[in-house]
Amino acid sequence: MSTEHIVKSFEDELDALSTAIAQMGGLTEVQLSGAIDSVARKDLRLAEQTVASDAQIDAMEHEIEAQAVKLIALRQPMARDLRETIAAFKIVSDLERIGDLSKNIAKRSIVILDHHDTPSRLMQSLSRMGRLALGQLKKVLDAYANRSLEEAQEVWMSDEEIDEMYNSIFRELLTYMMEDPRMIGVCTHFLFIAKNIERIGDHATNIAETVNYLITGEWVVDERPKSDQTSSVNMIDS
Amino acid sequence: MSVAEQISNNGQSETAVENKFKVIGKDITVHYGEKQALFDVNLRIPEHQVTALIGPSGCGKSTFLRCINRMNDVIDGCRVGGELTVDGVDIYRSNIDVVELRARVGMVFQKPNPFPKSIYDNIAYGPRIHGQASGRGEMDEVVETSLRRAGLWDEVKDRLDEPGTGLSGGQQQRLCIARAIAVNPDVILMDEPCSALDPIATARIEELIDELRERFTIVIVTHSMQQAARVSQRTAFFHLGVLVEEGETDQIFTNPKDERTQDYITGRFG
Repeated sequence: MSTEHIVKSFEDELDALSTAIAQMGGLTEVQLSGAIDSVARKDLRLAEQTVASDAQIDAMEHEIEAQAVKLIALRQPMARDLRETIAAFKIVSDLERIGDLSKNIAKRSIVILDHHDTPSRLMQSLSRMGRLALGQLKKVLDAYANRSLEEAQEVWMSDEEIDEMYNSIFRELLTYMMEDPRMIGVCTHFLFIAKNIERIGDHATNIAETVNYLITGEWVVDERPKSDQTSSVNMIDS
Repeated sequence: MSVAEQISNNGQSETAVENKFKVIGKDITVHYGEKQALFDVNLRIPEHQVTALIGPSGCGKSTFLRCINRMNDVIDGCRVGGELTVDGVDIYRSNIDVVELRARVGMVFQKPNPFPKSIYDNIAYGPRIHGQASGRGEMDEVVETSLRRAGLWDEVKDRLDEPGTGLSGGQQQRLCIARAIAVNPDVILMDEPCSALDPIATARIEELIDELRERFTIVIVTHSMQQAARVSQRTAFFHLGVLVEEGETDQIFTNPKDERTQDYITGRFG
């Protein structure tokens, strides 16, 4: 922002909104990281903690929305300030979804805890995919904090990699299930875990689009590069 | 109906109609004595739209507004340069009848200023001196139509012979608008028409402005950015006598291109 508002309290309220989003982003990062680690390390305590801490993210979402509503009602923000406020609504909604999806990953990690013969290659792939999504989330939160168009565009462009990993995990899981029907139960959980991570990547790119709007005032209209082809996979041919 | 009228009424040439500019200012400069108040302003006002002029005090927005019906002529030492046309006619040409011009380009001021006459005579005054109504019957019709268009008829129809100054502030302002439209103008200039009114009276005027644009082209100067955002289709931002930026109102208020516009509308300088 070039100069400060004449009304300092308005400036303070906008700053408070940004700070709250950064805090919520931090909590979501911890949540996602906890979810991925609870799968990789089969850590029950961490999984339970992760499930429980989602409530805090939900509460923050409501708190930030209330702040933004108050700002609109009392300050009638315009131009960049208006975009900051609209961006707040959109970003917290994406962060809340990331929190939910992470909670779901953690819950599934508890169910599959006792399953000991999971192929290590699969676990490695899932961890790698999870770390990629976590990296995307971190990067997009940095893009928001730094109001950096360049960083936001990087995130927007690199979601394809997560999609590709999801494709390969999807095929791998299909193979395990066909080879041994006893694996169907556990593999379904893994499939949902992978899908959740893929969705988290999508939410990170949504945030990147919002950051783009915040900075430029334009919504991204281009189709983003996508590689999730699982919706057209025919099981019979696989 | 002429072919041209048929074309403009059948909806197919709506874009062409929308793009028609009623008022065009080219390189407008205004000096008050030695002091220059406007610097090479180029602004086109589209027909049947509301154009809001915004900017801090002393930025030149009212000066520009007053150029459109040559209200600046009455100020000693005021010189206007450049070319200003209304419907393609240069209004600063020497043979222009200024009284006629001000009937075509009406004005509503910040403070409601009804004549110290009856409500009826406030409206009838203009048509009478311009010879636009012959006989009482025709004049009654002009008065009723004007008051209806200004949204005031139902409130005053039973007391048309009472003084206009006895009405409330909001009603007085609508009376002034009715008076301006009674002479059937093309353009209505409004110089902060709601600044002396309460929020309800302001809302009534804003609603009226929206209705009036179907018939007239409206240019409004306002200090309230919310008002500019609510009533106008186009907004022009003036600063230090310069037209900084002009565009569609929603673009100006969500994504202004110029840093100075951004700073002004977000309250970063005054």
